[in-house]
Amino acid sequence: MSSTLSTQVGVLARRAMLKTLRQPFQLFPIIFFPLILLAVNASGLKAATRLPGFPTSSYVSFAIAVAFIQGGMFALINTGTNLAEDIESGFFQRLALTPMRRVSLIAGLLVGVAAIGALQSAVYMVMGLIAGAHLDAGFAGALVILVLGALTAVAFGALGCAAALKTGSGEAVQGLFPLFFVFIFLSSSNLPRNLLRTGWFHTIATWNPISYLIEAFRSLYIFGWDGPALARGFAVAIGFTVIGLFAVALAMRSRLQRT
Amino acid sequence: MSEMGNNGIEVDGLVRDFKGGVRAVDAIDLRVAPGEIYGFLGPNGAGKSTTVLVLTTLLPPTAGSARVAGLDVVRQGAEVRRAIGASLQESALDPFLTGREHMRLQSSLHGLGKAERDARATELLERVGLTDAADRKVGGYSGGMKRRLDLGLALVHRPRLLFLDEPTTGLDPQSRAALWDEVRRLATDGVTVFLTTQYLEEADVLADRVGIIDRGKIVAEGTPSELKAAIGRGSVEAIPRDPGDLERLASVLHRFGEDAAASPNGVAARLPEGVSDLAEIVRTLDAEGLAIADLRLHAPTLDDVFLAKTGRSLEGAGDENAKDGQQDGGGRGRSGGEDEQTLASSGT
Repeated sequence: MSSTLSTQVGVLARRAMLKTLRQPFQLFPIIFFPLILLAVNASGLKAATRLPGFPTSSYVSFAIAVAFIQGGMFALINTGTNLAEDIESGFFQRLALTPMRRVSLIAGLLVGVAAIGALQSAVYMVMGLIAGAHLDAGFAGALVILVLGALTAVAFGALGCAAALKTGSGEAVQGLFPLFFVFIFLSSSNLPRNLLRTGWFHTIATWNPISYLIEAFRSLYIFGWDGPALARGFAVAIGFTVIGLFAVALAMRSRLQRT
Repeated sequence: MSEMGNNGIEVDGLVRDFKGGVRAVDAIDLRVAPGEIYGFLGPNGAGKSTTVLVLTTLLPPTAGSARVAGLDVVRQGAEVRRAIGASLQESALDPFLTGREHMRLQSSLHGLGKAERDARATELLERVGLTDAADRKVGGYSGGMKRRLDLGLALVHRPRLLFLDEPTTGLDPQSRAALWDEVRRLATDGVTVFLTTQYLEEADVLADRVGIIDRGKIVAEGTPSELKAAIGRGSVEAIPRDPGDLERLASVLHRFGEDAAASPNGVAARLPEGVSDLAEIVRTLDAEGLAIADLRLHAPTLDDVFLAKTGRSLEGAGDENAKDGQQDGGGRGRSGGEDEQTLASSGT
């Protein structure tokens, strides 16, 4: 008697979602932190829309893209912390004692993360529209945002899983938060790259893959359908996912030594 | 086919080393017969949990071989996991899931169909006395409830062999007794139970046979009565009414036998002739004018066996092993569980 891969992934995904949804202290920052930052930035940097070359007259439409990336960062922290807690509590060992396949454990977690990622993206979209953002790409664009939001959460979530498997410590995973926050800050999050006049900042933002992820979300709000921007954004999300999964595979080898 | 058939355990020359050259398990051999409750007794850091991790396939051995339920733990890991159930140290539960959700998760991962899953969850929750708490989040469970759920989860797929790693550590006496009853019931049903414990009483009362492990080596093995009979002698402990008489009391008792472990305010001696020495001891104490507050006769215990085999008491050995940096976790308290009889509580 043995469960199928899809059953294993399904039950572990459900458990990952329940674990997040039943922890208000995890859910609250996911939903509200990006929206609060959006409100602060939108009111403080509204004047930036008057700069020559700024692509839109609505700063909310410009800045809402950052919320999706911040949501991804929370996916990293929450997924990594939850997995590290499982390792610390022995729950990981309990799962390892079942006929569950190694791939199911991470796949289950990441499917759960994808679902939460899509859910949080929907919330950001709705709140953004209420705050006055205009989604130029329309309903189809909203669907693309849900997909890219889910993929971004998976990409960051995989990195969180790798950190958890490597360190086995929730505190160590949470220590990554400031690092990724710096990555967001040193990107085109607050101004379009063509308006970043400080040379070193422009260079870093151009090399920073987070810029392209943000610009993919942003393009759907401001320009409608911008194929190259979307392609670069998806490439970054997929690239992060691949790197994250590779790191997970390496870390899993030493963490799960079962025969 | 293994000589132990489908429910037994056979271990030959099993070694497990950790980084830094620490040898947690040092060439142990053991046999557990089908349907037997085997108690694996030892102090913290002795190598009990490492042995369990190897036998449950969670850790590969450095050398040696082990067959569990007739299956090789290295080459047939997946098959071993299907045959065994395990409740490892600590109750590894998700505080945000309910007891029933745990049951469903575990049974789904073991491949039970939906109808069977629900029926099995209900049956096991009832069996471990958690029907009323089944739909409450585990975060609100007591330690005893968590341990019982842990045991129930280990039984979801009807394993032929059950590993219980210190299942009653931290439990109150009532919860401990309830868990013992359940383990006995499982053995009656034909399940082989491999139980690690640092509680002497638990091994004594529950196990058909006991293996005593210290510093990675099995130092004694047999039924509890065989092991105690091999020691052959009980001990007498006396507590003087006047603490100032402790030294004089010690010199008197030493005429009857060598030192034995005693409480801080008493003296104990091992009795070469057992109970028959007692009358003479009482007469001598009386003749010496020593007023005794308490006099106890201790039948041989597994601690005496441990002392005889290692030169140390089981109680202090855990701390020493922890200093040696061995791998078993723990550091928790334990009860003595001695088989003793108070003979007097006033002066002789």
